[in-house]
Amino acid sequence: MDRTAFLRELKRVLPAEAVLSDPEDLRPFECDALSAYTVLPWIAVLPETVEQVQTVLRLCHSQGVPVVARGAGTGLSGGALPVAEGVLLSLAKFNRILAVDPANRMARVQPGVRNLAISEAAAPFGLYYAPDPSSQVACTIGGNVAENSGGVHCLKYGLTVHNVLQVTLLTIEGELLTLGSLGLDGPGYDLLALINGSEGLLGVIVEVVVKLLPVPETARTLLAAFGSIEAAGDAVAGVIGAGLLPAGLEMMDSLTLRATEAFVHAGYPVEAAAVVLCEMDGMAEQVEAEIARARRVLESHGAAEVRESRDEAERRKFWAGRKAAFPAVGRIAADYYCIDGTIPRKRLAEVLGRIGELSEQFGLAVGNVFHAGDGNLHPLILYDASHPGELERAEALGEEILTLCVEVGGTVTGEHGVGIEKLNPMCVQFGAPELRQFHTLKAAFDAGGLLNPGKAVPTLARCAEFGRVHVHGGRLRHPELERF
Amino acid sequence: MRSQDDSEYLAGRVSEACARGEPLRIQGGGSKTFYSGSGEGGALSTLAHTGIVHYEPTELVLTARSGTPLAAIEAALAMSGQLLGFEPPHFGPGATWGGTVACGLSGPRRPWAGSVRDAVLGCRMVDGRGEVLRFGGEVMKNVAGFDVSRLMAGALGTLGLLLEISVKVLPRPECETTLCFECPSAEGRERMIRWGGSGLPVTGMAWDGRLYLRLAGPEQAVSAAARRVGGDRAVEADTFWNGLREQTREFFSGKGDLWRLSVPPAADIGGLSGEWLIDWGGAQRWLRTDAGRNEVFAAAQAVGGHARLFRSANPAAMRCAALAPALAALHRRVKAAFDPAGMLNRGLCPEAS
Ligand SMILES: Cc1cc2nc3c(=O)[nH]c(=O)nc-3n(C[C@H](O)[C@H](O)[C@H](O)COP(=O)(O)OP(=O)(O)OC[C@H]3O[C@@H](n4cnc5c(N)ncnc54)[C@H](O)[C@@H]3O)c2cc1C
Repeated sequence: MDRTAFLRELKRVLPAEAVLSDPEDLRPFECDALSAYTVLPWIAVLPETVEQVQTVLRLCHSQGVPVVARGAGTGLSGGALPVAEGVLLSLAKFNRILAVDPANRMARVQPGVRNLAISEAAAPFGLYYAPDPSSQVACTIGGNVAENSGGVHCLKYGLTVHNVLQVTLLTIEGELLTLGSLGLDGPGYDLLALINGSEGLLGVIVEVVVKLLPVPETARTLLAAFGSIEAAGDAVAGVIGAGLLPAGLEMMDSLTLRATEAFVHAGYPVEAAAVVLCEMDGMAEQVEAEIARARRVLESHGAAEVRESRDEAERRKFWAGRKAAFPAVGRIAADYYCIDGTIPRKRLAEVLGRIGELSEQFGLAVGNVFHAGDGNLHPLILYDASHPGELERAEALGEEILTLCVEVGGTVTGEHGVGIEKLNPMCVQFGAPELRQFHTLKAAFDAGGLLNPGKAVPTLARCAEFGRVHVHGGRLRHPELERF
Repeated sequence: MRSQDDSEYLAGRVSEACARGEPLRIQGGGSKTFYSGSGEGGALSTLAHTGIVHYEPTELVLTARSGTPLAAIEAALAMSGQLLGFEPPHFGPGATWGGTVACGLSGPRRPWAGSVRDAVLGCRMVDGRGEVLRFGGEVMKNVAGFDVSRLMAGALGTLGLLLEISVKVLPRPECETTLCFECPSAEGRERMIRWGGSGLPVTGMAWDGRLYLRLAGPEQAVSAAARRVGGDRAVEADTFWNGLREQTREFFSGKGDLWRLSVPPAADIGGLSGEWLIDWGGAQRWLRTDAGRNEVFAAAQAVGGHARLFRSANPAAMRCAALAPALAALHRRVKAAFDPAGMLNRGLCPEAS
């Protein structure tokens, strides 16, 4: 079907204002937060009801038109990048909190509700929604489920997948499915687990029931300065090894430290090689005991200085720098490229050392600020896009870092997703059999491959071209099977 | 503990079965057959595939082969002051690591420390074609590719034979205490809801005629929490929680069908009569009843939950309510994506067959 005819069909079934097709109107949708890549979609739709989404999907399905779901577009891996001959399906109008149920500690929300809005709605009941991506003021719960987003609180409270009870999903055929239940598990296969982190490839999320937790009575934070990255890394392992489970355990290197201090004036010890932030939350007595133990561990690992937040204002100040680290680094470089990979915690010092070497080799500075507690690194590569070739060099360095993450037993993405950004690194992490299995699974949900095509899982052909698909033992298993 | 990698043999057997078109039933220790059913075809035992492959206490990660006895894993963790957060039931001395994950059953700690699937970080498995696949890994955060390893939890081996599973483990709390209260069911439920929303360091809340509250954490915190709620110390706390997890308490050996209802913690399932035992702070309820199957299925569904016939004298009885048609069809396609010829544990997952 051609664009004009398709547009006519859409306008027949949707209110006029829900269909955008002028290039001017489409411009705001051309990229997500990975703005290096832009594609203008054919059409953008902003439906308001589940029935309207269903109608759009049925139409796309019958006409073979691809669909890309979009939440707030804060994704950093190009997951919500439109496809040129497809529909961009915005869930922005699904922004209502349908119910907060304090007795059952859950909230039923539409997919376009902002992450932080859930905690705000739950606050009067002394409850909150735990996963807190740094983008929480803007990103949506639908996007969070699609990316299985994490945040500072993940070490103790888990990722999105651990905090979602039920998801209502529309398949590309327009079938409405309920996954999970209002209890703590659902019947049949755990497809709810599979939906979390599926990057919009399996269905369009139209409703989410999230778990709410009691707001901790107290939270207190330690800020520890170290003379070397190695000592800081060991201290992080020491805290976990001592049986403590902090609500947040974060680390910043000296480059990031200095940049943030210059930006927010949090009073950070800028002469330190690394700073560790360690937060405990819970009942007052529990926090007191755990903070005392954590302090002993940090000191015994050679912390030059350990500060303890005396009140809520000071605790917020400790975090202000961490939270502002990205924009702070943004001020000292023309551009920066934020990487996301996870490594086993005990390889921290070694990996940071290797990143330092790579940084010299590529001639680009790298700042490190990360979720140390769960080994999730976010190296920030500083570059200047106006210098020819620097963007490409930054991207190449990024791929080297991700390859390093896989080499030490980690992964190419801890929370930002694969999107279009990490298709090549996926070829490093997975072999042909696993990639084939991903595609078969995708086909079980979406046989025609119309939902968010070209994202998250590379084709074997692409990996072969990239030269990185791991063909075990030099042979492809099941050569008789079709390779998509 | 014995340590032996039997992967090649197990994968070979599945390939062979696939070539011959003869289905296999995967068997671990046989401790949970009453729950899973036994499937069709020739037996394939995981019992020679044993050993903890990797355990790093400072990483909070453990990886073990599927035939490893659950007891051996728990013992290794205890040596480092750690535990499985999901506190899985054994249901017999032979329970294996693979069976534990394949059944996906979690004990009393589950609402506060997460379920089996919540703990799973990665796996190696053999699919129904005999292909060895690896998903996830040994790190806490990983969103590369679809989360296939968590899908394996509770799939009863119908999507693949698990070779190795990596999980997140937790520090063992410094101190643990159980308080006990005499109170009727309604009051018990009301208190569970209140405590559940209060931020106390809870790791267990159950009611069986008396109300039990397990608190855990640093000494000072546990005593402070205990002071806040009042109540008496339970006499034999370990006996109570073990008996609840392993279903050795008297309640579980009563006559008739035993049902498991998974429901919102505050849900009122007034209409159903029978004998109740409440776990998971209200979210998991055990029921002995003569009520008809459909009545139980409907009662659980009415409050947004689901019911499963957990133990029955009649092995042919339908255990779960039929899934909605579109969802059932999706289940069949997912099963076919992993096991196109239906080689593994055929007949075990009624939702998908
Ligand atoms: C400054 C900044 C900080 C960030 N910090 C973090 C962080 O700490 N942790 C973290 O995990 N991420 C972080 N992110 C990344 C991003 O915010 C998250 O991935 C977030 O979950 C994306 O939500 P969104 O609503 O913006 O989704 P979008 O960007 O619109 O979409 C993301 C993906 O989800 C799909 N999708 C969206 N809605 C639906 C739906 N209803 N149904 C099906 N698929 C859907 C899209 O197709 C796309 O693949 C950060 C981003 C920025 C810009």
